[in-house]
Amino acid sequence: MSKEVLSVKNLNMHYETLSGDVHAVKDVSFSVKEGESFGLVGESGCGKTSVAMSLLQLQADNAKISSGSIQLDGVELVGMNESELRKVRWDGISIVFQGAMNAWNPVVKVGEQIREAIREHYPEKSKAENTEKIESLFKMVGLDAAVIDRFPHELSGGMKQRAIIALALSCDPKVVIADEPTTALDVVIQDQILKEIKKVQELLGLSLIYISHDIAVIAEMTDRMAVMYAGRIVESGPTSEIFASPRHSYTKALLESTPSVVGDRVKLNSLDGEPPSLIDEISGCSFAPRCPNRTTTCNPELDMELVEIGPEHYVDICNKESH
Amino acid sequence: MKKNVIEVRNLEKYYEVSGGFFSRKKDIVKAVDDISFEIPFGESLGLVGQSGCGKTTTARALCLLDPKTGGDVKFYNNETEDMENIDNLDDDELKKFRRNIQMIFQDPYESLNPRWTIKDIILEPLNIHNIGDLQDREEAVVEILKTVGLTPASNYLPRYPHELSGGQRQRVSIARTLIMKPKFVVCDEPTSMLDVSIRISIMDLMLNLAKDLEVSYLYITHDLAVARYMCNRIAVMFNGKIVEIAETEELLNNPIHPYTKRLISSIPVPDPSYDRKVYDVNYDELDAIIAKHGNDNPMVDIGNEHYIATHDVKGLI
Amino acid sequence: MDENIEQDLQKQLRKEAIRRNWNLFRQSKLGMIGLYIVIFFLFLALLQPFLFITGIWNKGVYDPVVGYEAIKDTLLVVECPKEYPTEKYESMSDCPAKGEINVKRLYLAPGVEVGDYYEAFIQPAPPSSRHLLGTDSLGRDVFSQIMEGSQVAFVLGLLSATLGVGISTILGTIAAFFGGRVDAYLMRQSDLILMLPSLPLLFIISAFAELKVWHLAVVLGVLGGLGGSVITIKSQALQVKVKPFVDSARITGGSRWRIMFSHVLPNVAPLALLFMVFSVTGAIASESVLSFLGLLNIDMSWGIMIYLSQTDGFIFSGLEFWWLILPAGLAVTLLAGGFYLVGRGLDDVFNPRLRKR
Repeated sequence: MSKEVLSVKNLNMHYETLSGDVHAVKDVSFSVKEGESFGLVGESGCGKTSVAMSLLQLQADNAKISSGSIQLDGVELVGMNESELRKVRWDGISIVFQGAMNAWNPVVKVGEQIREAIREHYPEKSKAENTEKIESLFKMVGLDAAVIDRFPHELSGGMKQRAIIALALSCDPKVVIADEPTTALDVVIQDQILKEIKKVQELLGLSLIYISHDIAVIAEMTDRMAVMYAGRIVESGPTSEIFASPRHSYTKALLESTPSVVGDRVKLNSLDGEPPSLIDEISGCSFAPRCPNRTTTCNPELDMELVEIGPEHYVDICNKESH
Repeated sequence: MKKNVIEVRNLEKYYEVSGGFFSRKKDIVKAVDDISFEIPFGESLGLVGQSGCGKTTTARALCLLDPKTGGDVKFYNNETEDMENIDNLDDDELKKFRRNIQMIFQDPYESLNPRWTIKDIILEPLNIHNIGDLQDREEAVVEILKTVGLTPASNYLPRYPHELSGGQRQRVSIARTLIMKPKFVVCDEPTSMLDVSIRISIMDLMLNLAKDLEVSYLYITHDLAVARYMCNRIAVMFNGKIVEIAETEELLNNPIHPYTKRLISSIPVPDPSYDRKVYDVNYDELDAIIAKHGNDNPMVDIGNEHYIATHDVKGLI
Repeated sequence: MDENIEQDLQKQLRKEAIRRNWNLFRQSKLGMIGLYIVIFFLFLALLQPFLFITGIWNKGVYDPVVGYEAIKDTLLVVECPKEYPTEKYESMSDCPAKGEINVKRLYLAPGVEVGDYYEAFIQPAPPSSRHLLGTDSLGRDVFSQIMEGSQVAFVLGLLSATLGVGISTILGTIAAFFGGRVDAYLMRQSDLILMLPSLPLLFIISAFAELKVWHLAVVLGVLGGLGGSVITIKSQALQVKVKPFVDSARITGGSRWRIMFSHVLPNVAPLALLFMVFSVTGAIASESVLSFLGLLNIDMSWGIMIYLSQTDGFIFSGLEFWWLILPAGLAVTLLAGGFYLVGRGLDDVFNPRLRKR
């Protein structure tokens, strides 16, 4: 029974804007065990990136965590001040951003930028120690040691992405968040990067939180996963379980709308309408307006809760009789 | 004998790039290097490849946005009932000819003029070609909005693009594109920037319209799964050349070219229990085919309308 | 029936859009300060004709150019001593003191002795209840002059700005679209204008021609329009030119002119509007400098006010005749600055990335 490394309970986060409060994360709870890979899947605006930012407390100025707890190895992160958080960031949790390829400072060599990150957390280490560390990181992600002295524009997209992963690993974090790390990359390179990530994870015993809108990648990369819609988790559980028997209508819709190159050519289904606005308070089931399986017993006004319907398999439904 | 809507032969698009500040020599980048294909009426061809392979350059050349450097492009001319080379058209004929080709773009946020209303955007093609009178045009706009699923029309006509969602904007693009009932539409990854659950509805819309209006698509994408959903035939592009072209299911079940095999095997599969084996690149099968069919032609027909490119790709894949 | 719904919706959307942009502008403190300043001066500019038309102000007295009011004051006639200090006066500048007048100045008035009380006309007169900012050396009401100057500033500023922006927008778009030799020529022309120092150039022009307000507006507008803003507008137009919606119009068969004017220009307009506001600042400042140097043929403006106070020798009188210098100088600074601040506020509206949220 491996221990829980990250535990999120009833997290609520909103953005304060001119038009009102945008409730981006509503009552989100999940946990990640040591060495496990956890997937967070959903479409644009579902709140998955907001969750990632909250974990690192890297949100925008107008974002506020209104309630909930985030515990890393038993240490509560919500409520920490900036200097305490800086110690946790990169050392405890690090992140590979979306569009990470453009996150490099173009006028500083790649190796130097990674060194900066290490120096921030381990100022006592010598330059030689740091260089050795970076070399071993690069070897792990499949980069030549010569890349240390290169500028970002000299590297290809795939190489920059691998360097970003090395950067994320530079301070030996326990948890790495990967937020759509392969979006802009070609399929062939994406495959290579995904393999690298998996290899590194096994080698270092890392916990990985993989965020994507691409359920095929989630299927291949994760042990457990959660599906998000309109700021809430609507279904979570072991990946194989969810793909084999999805319970929530949204999960089913997602699975049914993904074309594949293997298997028979099937007619796919799509959803009408759009996700609801996150400014208004939504009572009951946020998916109800678009749900193709709405029945007369489905009362969208009732309170929602996460109900366990299988071994660790939770579904957000309004009553025990599932859809 | 199927009538073709477009025939492309030996299309080339080269760019000159300076060798450097002090160098007088200019390097030539062959963005599109001798490709050929045809698309019959009512059918769609998928052009699949990774970024930089030349598919967008091809699209722009066919739509006459950037002039080609070589090759022939022939379109079907209704009046003469024969294929007509676009190089032979004069300015007036060219303008008339443009009624038959259109393009749907990838970015729903940048493909509509932010300062124009939806009504003006969809009216524009009719205005440019002076079709009918004002009332006819307005009726046509309302009609096409209904067809693409944006009803009631009065709710959309006075709005600006930024007030609509990505999916709605693509529908407007489709409406604008199809209001002239073109015969050939180039689609440059129109769904890649949309949410996954909306993609299918847009693609289904395009498929239905293709059937109703007898439109042929050249569907450009990097996603082979999407090409499978939309197209009868698929051409795989690599490094400016087409390496393999065949009917969709034939290509997916029986890929021959090492690049195609590598591509297909790299695509993640939405099934945790599926054991995906990435193709280990070897050129034996390709060499065997070249040995059997010879390589006088750049593309070899191995039967079943399945073509393989014979040019040297060793070490490139 | 649908038509009406459409039109109603259109009006509603228009209102919402205006309200949204207004709220954005309101967020910028600088922009709001600038707006208040501009509105204040606009109010002044419109107040003067209003006062005349309604008869509250008598034109004979308050006209900024030809009005006249004699302010009388009773002064004690004294004789200033040859040597200082004396019992009464510390130094030469203390005599005559306030309320007194030197007998030597009254050599034209017969029969006036030291110790008499003399009724003199005070020109310039300090602020009083009848003249809120006093009068100038010709007895003209300063407040009225400020208001007149405000009218001149607005007319000049807006006229030259509109002309300049109109020219640079069209030229910039043409340069972006036609490229090649047309572009090369227009860029060299802009470089040339940029190179030329504007103020000396204006001096030369005013030496050859008598410049009135309209003339100055045209000159400033043309010079501004042919200058550096062409380059900036061109780069903006180039960015718009490569957008997919322009490609879409080209594929549909739109002509180059059509695309330029109906697609590119509207997208370049916000930037042009910004330029316009900033160039009003420059116009107001230029006018005051040129008037100060006596190079313009204008009856009354803020620059003329400062010019007159300089030629009459009041500029270095310190704070004694402050109402001849301070109001005009402040007005130029405030209004020019006000327009600039409005421009900064508009910048926030048009450049979403600069917004705080």
